[in-house]
Amino acid sequence: MKKHIPAVLLAVVLLLLWQVIAILIGAAYILPSPIQICIRLWQLREPLFLVHLPATMCVTGIGLGISVVLGLLLAISMDCNPKIERALYPVIVASQTIPTTAIAPLFILWFGYGIWSKVLVTILITFFPIAITVFDGLKATKREMEELLYTYGATKKDVFLKLKLPTALPNFFSAIKMAIPMSVIGAAIAEWLGAQEGLGYFSKRMMTQLDGAGVFAPVVLLSVVAMIAVGVITVLERKLIQWRKEI
Amino acid sequence: MLQFEDVSFQYAGDEQPMMQHLSFSVEDGAFDSIIGASGCGKSTIFRLINGLEQLQSGKITVDGKPVQSLKNYSAFMPQKDLLFPWRTIEKNIALPMEIANVPWTEQEKRCTEVLQQVGLLEYRKKYPKDLSGGMKQRVAFARTLLAGADLLLLDEPFSALDYLTRVDMQEWLLHQWEHYHKTILFITHDVEEAIFLSKYIYVIQDRPFSSMEQVEVPLPYPRKREDLKRPEIVELREKLIEKLRRSVAV
Repeated sequence: MKKHIPAVLLAVVLLLLWQVIAILIGAAYILPSPIQICIRLWQLREPLFLVHLPATMCVTGIGLGISVVLGLLLAISMDCNPKIERALYPVIVASQTIPTTAIAPLFILWFGYGIWSKVLVTILITFFPIAITVFDGLKATKREMEELLYTYGATKKDVFLKLKLPTALPNFFSAIKMAIPMSVIGAAIAEWLGAQEGLGYFSKRMMTQLDGAGVFAPVVLLSVVAMIAVGVITVLERKLIQWRKEI
Repeated sequence: MLQFEDVSFQYAGDEQPMMQHLSFSVEDGAFDSIIGASGCGKSTIFRLINGLEQLQSGKITVDGKPVQSLKNYSAFMPQKDLLFPWRTIEKNIALPMEIANVPWTEQEKRCTEVLQQVGLLEYRKKYPKDLSGGMKQRVAFARTLLAGADLLLLDEPFSALDYLTRVDMQEWLLHQWEHYHKTILFITHDVEEAIFLSKYIYVIQDRPFSSMEQVEVPLPYPRKREDLKRPEIVELREKLIEKLRRSVAV
């Protein structure tokens, strides 16, 4: 618990600073104070928690799920075949050079205002860290361990299942921890650019009403949800791969 | 009997071959060592036996049959323990049997036997991080044993251990060899270790090498550490060190 004290202290100091600056500015539509945001969050709890949060979580969940499957497939196929690696790697890297804000309207044009345009934006943002980090994990397998398995008569499948997969597990968890906040950002950006529900959409709607605290409320909610999700993954990681430092 | 006949080998990209027309043999049930300077090709002999390197010319046979055609003839124990940190000790030593699709009940039975023999039965559910360096090497040896091979290729297995642990492990290894009656081919840099453990010591003196000088250790088994103080053994040690010195100078 003691190790968290510096982080908590810094957060409290920053919040106090924010509160003071907001009071000094005195215009909530420009910079609402943390207390104003909390009050607004409570006032808007019904639409936020019952309509917009589930909508964003649906986009995030589906997008992240597809990204995990896609990222793992790409990582595994690149690891299995150097030709696939040489063909795919530059394409995967190039996909990350496309600005999300430029491509998202195109997705909306192609797939409409429904869920899939937003899911696609989320996938575009999150599959990359998963594919590359897991691929690096698979490549990090110790050659001597691999050779040892071959001396026991192991097949490539044995080497993959008994050595490469466990070796890449820490990288997989790191990738998921990176991908969760990115998926939330991706969903929110997509909702900002065109949606009928979701926290990104709600935040944009509040902006048109010059409701500064209303703009911040869904953003705070998004951050809290992302932090909780990363926290859950971290706990899971600690339980499942206590041997992480031993590799 | 393991036999190398006229074996030559060169690593891709190397200017000169590692070995040329090498012939030697190892008797069944023997404990022999190979010594030589770093990079002289000791480990390459093991890599050729266990198929990690492809034979380029010559023959490696076991009782006349090519070694490549024999499944699980040899088991390899490298310098590092190479235990998988995500597996328990029991699961680590069961690895070769898992790969060979041995039924789990049989795996469990053999693991219990071997863990008892190596004195680590109470650690079966522990992880490698819970063990000392010497214990890890014993686990690695148990895993090598459970590969079910007749020939054990031990590549400097104790070189990373501290002196006292290494001395204990040498005595322990001899005890295991006497118990299991396996053929052991042992690579080491340590002349004293080679003398204490082996019946024959093969000395690599050139690069590329075409032969290894076979030196017999005039000591009966079971051996005691005090035997190393005998005048003829001290003389043998000095002779071997001199040979190694000359090979480094070459």
